[in-house]
Amino acid sequence: MEKDFDVVIIGAGMSGLAAGIRLAMFDQKVCILESHSIPGGLNSYYQRGKRKFDVGLHAMTNWTPKGTKGKPLSKIMKQLRIPYDEFQLVPQKQSSIRFPNHKLTFTNNIQDLLDEVQCHFPNEIDGLINLITYIEGYNDTDLTSIYSSAKDVVSTFIKDKILLNMIFCPLMIYGSAWEHDMDFSQFAIMFKSIFLEGFSRPTGGVRTIIDLLSKKLKQQGLLVQYKSQVQQLHKVDNKISAITLKNGDRIRCRKILSSAGYRETLNLFEEKLKEDKKVIIGKMSFTESILILDKKPCEYGIEDTIIFTNDSHEYNYRNPNTLFDTTSSVLCFPNNFIKDEEDEGIFRATMMADYDCWNKLEKDQYKQEKLNVLESSKALFLKHSGSEIKDLLFSDVFTPTTVKKYTKHENGCVYGSPTKTRDGTTSVEGLYLMGTDQGFLGIIGAMLSGISMANYHCLRN
Amino acid sequence: MLSTTEVRTHVLSIIEDVALDDDVSQLQDSIALRDQLDLDSMDFLDIVMELKKRHQIDVPKEDYGQLESMDSCVEYLTPKFS
Ligand SMILES: Cc1cc2nc3c(=O)[nH]c(=O)nc-3n(C[C@H](O)[C@H](O)[C@H](O)COP(=O)(O)OP(=O)(O)OC[C@H]3O[C@@H](n4cnc5c(N)ncnc54)[C@H](O)[C@@H]3O)c2cc1C
Repeated sequence: MEKDFDVVIIGAGMSGLAAGIRLAMFDQKVCILESHSIPGGLNSYYQRGKRKFDVGLHAMTNWTPKGTKGKPLSKIMKQLRIPYDEFQLVPQKQSSIRFPNHKLTFTNNIQDLLDEVQCHFPNEIDGLINLITYIEGYNDTDLTSIYSSAKDVVSTFIKDKILLNMIFCPLMIYGSAWEHDMDFSQFAIMFKSIFLEGFSRPTGGVRTIIDLLSKKLKQQGLLVQYKSQVQQLHKVDNKISAITLKNGDRIRCRKILSSAGYRETLNLFEEKLKEDKKVIIGKMSFTESILILDKKPCEYGIEDTIIFTNDSHEYNYRNPNTLFDTTSSVLCFPNNFIKDEEDEGIFRATMMADYDCWNKLEKDQYKQEKLNVLESSKALFLKHSGSEIKDLLFSDVFTPTTVKKYTKHENGCVYGSPTKTRDGTTSVEGLYLMGTDQGFLGIIGAMLSGISMANYHCLRN
Repeated sequence: MLSTTEVRTHVLSIIEDVALDDDVSQLQDSIALRDQLDLDSMDFLDIVMELKKRHQIDVPKEDYGQLESMDSCVEYLTPKFS
């Protein structure tokens, strides 16, 4: 391997792959280093027997029909030069937010949500319309924006506390690094990506996306270096100069784009940096159960694509400080997009979880607790479908420690640190963050982040 | 020097790659590209970078406005294709 590069990319997750494509497209000398043996990062895939599984994928956000102008999805496709049809996106049917005595169903057409609110919260419909107008005019991709409380802003539009909590529920669990509240610009991004745009699933799952990105990289003559863990970053006069791999190899470079996380990246310097203290480690992690059913979910009477559940009027988004928390969850049914090409019935359940609690367990206890997560997932299925799962063909459970093991994110943290660096810069010249801790997350967000950080810091002169 | 028709062909081939899913066969040369195709400022930067990559032509920032329509592109770029 050559030992001198313009840019080193840390991580072959969605952001690293996208950034790599951009840089190779414009002839930068770039290499992508990934500690794991396959690409995808937090949204990778695996196989058990003949069954193929996605680690994370519930749905891709930001769905817009082909030909829609100026939206994130078309931006990504153009920048990566991958045509719309190749993503093979299948839109959702409908999803719902379920609180005690209240249910809101939404689709990829915002009018359906407005009709639901008109029906169940008639006094709030004007507020919601005004909120949408405000969000549509809000520049959420401004790279210089600073934290402002989304709850404060949104409660000036929505007065009903239950409706407010119901709106926040899917947006927080699908993308908030903050507990209890979130940054308003993050809220606006999530609101657009879920309510104003919508959910879809690539036929074949996350592999379809990862294969497309890998193929494009290869076309540009770039290969990811797997099993290449970056062990140390080096700087001279506060400028990036080189990295050292775990196997001792040293690679010179002028710039680094890192998707390893803010704190995780800073920790790769031998000496402490002054910004270390200000970077908080995120606390939000989750358990994820995957169940293969004997029947398709629709045969159990489930029509929704995704169900967001919550057992009280208050939505409590926070680290539960217990192994897992059944009082709110996300139930996902990958068969229930408008076209179902899966052979078997699949059910996925996500619950909030605490890394430390899982990390403390002995091997046998850990196994037992995973079974408990599985039982709770079955109970959630029963509660929301009215029928019991008859025969389980296969099941698997991930915990916060699984996330840590495979992606090296501290605390098994999925949405990164609450300290974001929106323009990607750090106190070290030539070191830029992308992906989760730059503030754009999810599959689409991470790709967009990789593209914009590559453009902004490496391609623009 | 290339003819204006040849320059148009080179420019069109870049626009076709950058605008990706848009049909460029019906492009009206006198109308702003932005009004006919899904192109934002990131995509215009791609056009600039492709000119550099494929034809070694530098378009300085202050001249980006010259790339507004196909007509203005051809007029501005023809002397630069040498
Ligand atoms: C269970 C789960 C479900 C999810 N569901 C969805 C969903 O349905 N829809 C959606 O849009 N998003 C979903 N997400 C979120 C989404 O997966 C992430 O936001 C996104 O993939 C983040 O991409 P990234 O490139 O920023 O970072 P990552 O995917 O974390 O990539 C970072 C990469 O860097 C590598 N790395 C770290 N340190 C080093 C080092 N020192 N040296 C070399 N390599 C290193 C890691 O191995 C990893 O591959 C889910 C996440 C999880 C965990």
